[in-house]
Amino acid sequence: MSAANSLPPMPSPGLQGDGAKVWQRFTLAERLARFSIYFAIVFAVAWSVHSVEVISEFIWDAHVQIADMGQRMWPIAWGFYPKGVHEALIETLNIAAVSTLLGVLMAVPVGFLAARNATPNRFLNYCAKFILVSTRSVNTLLWALFFVAVFGPGALAGTLAIAFHSIGFIGKLFSEAVEDTHKGSIEALTAAGASKLALIQYGYWPQVKPTFWAIALFRWDINVRESAVLGLVGAGGLGMALDTAINLFQWDRVALILVTIFAVVIIAEIVVTEVRKRII
Amino acid sequence: MLAIKNLVKEYVPGKPVLRGISLDIEGSDITAIIGPSGTGKSTLIRCINRLVEPTAGEIVFEGRDVVQLSGSELRLARSRIGMVFQEYNLVERLSVMENLLTGCLGKTSAWKAFMRKFDADDICRAWEMLEIVGLTGFANARADSLSGGQRQRVGISRAVMQRPALLLADEPTSSLDPKTSVEIMELLARVAETKNIPVIINMHDVDLARRFAKRIIGMAGGHVVYDGPPDGLSDDVLKTIYGGESWLH
Repeated sequence: MSAANSLPPMPSPGLQGDGAKVWQRFTLAERLARFSIYFAIVFAVAWSVHSVEVISEFIWDAHVQIADMGQRMWPIAWGFYPKGVHEALIETLNIAAVSTLLGVLMAVPVGFLAARNATPNRFLNYCAKFILVSTRSVNTLLWALFFVAVFGPGALAGTLAIAFHSIGFIGKLFSEAVEDTHKGSIEALTAAGASKLALIQYGYWPQVKPTFWAIALFRWDINVRESAVLGLVGAGGLGMALDTAINLFQWDRVALILVTIFAVVIIAEIVVTEVRKRII
Repeated sequence: MLAIKNLVKEYVPGKPVLRGISLDIEGSDITAIIGPSGTGKSTLIRCINRLVEPTAGEIVFEGRDVVQLSGSELRLARSRIGMVFQEYNLVERLSVMENLLTGCLGKTSAWKAFMRKFDADDICRAWEMLEIVGLTGFANARADSLSGGQRQRVGISRAVMQRPALLLADEPTSSLDPKTSVEIMELLARVAETKNIPVIINMHDVDLARRFAKRIIGMAGGHVVYDGPPDGLSDDVLKTIYGGESWLH
């Protein structure tokens, strides 16, 4: 430890030949690297715009199409709500609630397994991360197609589709929250002889609880919207009503369903914000 | 009671932090470990309850080599060793009472712990402990609402709740002001005396170590370079431990 007493003289890389000290934020190599990154971004954007192949005729008459669509949608068929929308809406909300619950139940154990501090076993970490990535990378619509094929069309298929797609999202954010916990508290409980389970319950859980609820509520909010779309593949809920209305060119009913989805999302947003304020 | 034999710890192979430490701890006094930063004091103390895995050597505690234990036997040994930390290491979002009861987790059965059913006797002791440290009114306060000194008192109470046979403290006063530091040291001395257990404390404050410890262990470069009473801490010894001398005057 005597090295601390004989510090070497400070190097002075900025010293120039004429003795004036200069300082630059980046070296030449760093500046070149930064320039090439900017260049790559501009190039990528230009390339994307090119490959989208925008057909200009469609853009020029877009306002006409929008006006036409608006006319067909107006007036909104409010009267259709009790008969054709209400039940579907309730089904959508139920699908969202049950699928979020299922998703959470499946995601939390996987999240703990994926967190390196809670599960100090690389193999299990990678297995858990594989589950999280694979469930997340399969789109809800694809999950729905799969479950519709297995269980037939209806709410069950929709619920499972959303639940499985939610695992990746909830599990990833949850495992990150677990990894961000204060390790001192865990160390103290370990030192007291606490078991793995007790560590999770008394060490990790109190620390991740607020984040857990925030994630679960946010996912519920997303799942309300997801379930509204899922009906398009025959998986129940508002989407099914939407699909039917579009297929029959009943644009005033389509408008009603869109407004309903919009209202539900707004209400969900307000509820989630209020609940979060109270638990954090 | 505690016998450390030839303890070696290498975080990086070939670069030992502890180079063969041997120590015997008996009685019910405070032993202070002093030494420069980075010399392995924390590592040494963390090896005793295996928060850090020793590379080689033996740690015989209550007749058993802690290094060889695993699973529930290791947890049992750990529950017999209380530990106090510099940053208190409370579970911030739990109440003071819950933090105290986490000290009993080593002996509470899994099911009871899961149901939060702690023994009435433990709860009784927790109340007594809160009274001793003067925090009776804070039982339901969240740990993160307390001041540093109060938190450290909770930290010590939690360790005492374990009914430890040995108490370790890793720089328990380094984050506290001088007055609170003395109060915390007095509390630790009181625990040692009333519970009749040895207390091993890492510290940076040589004067505080002289004042409270019956035995001082000076470490430098991963070795024990001084082991004796506080009276023997001459300027020469301190120079051996910390190097240099300008800081002494």
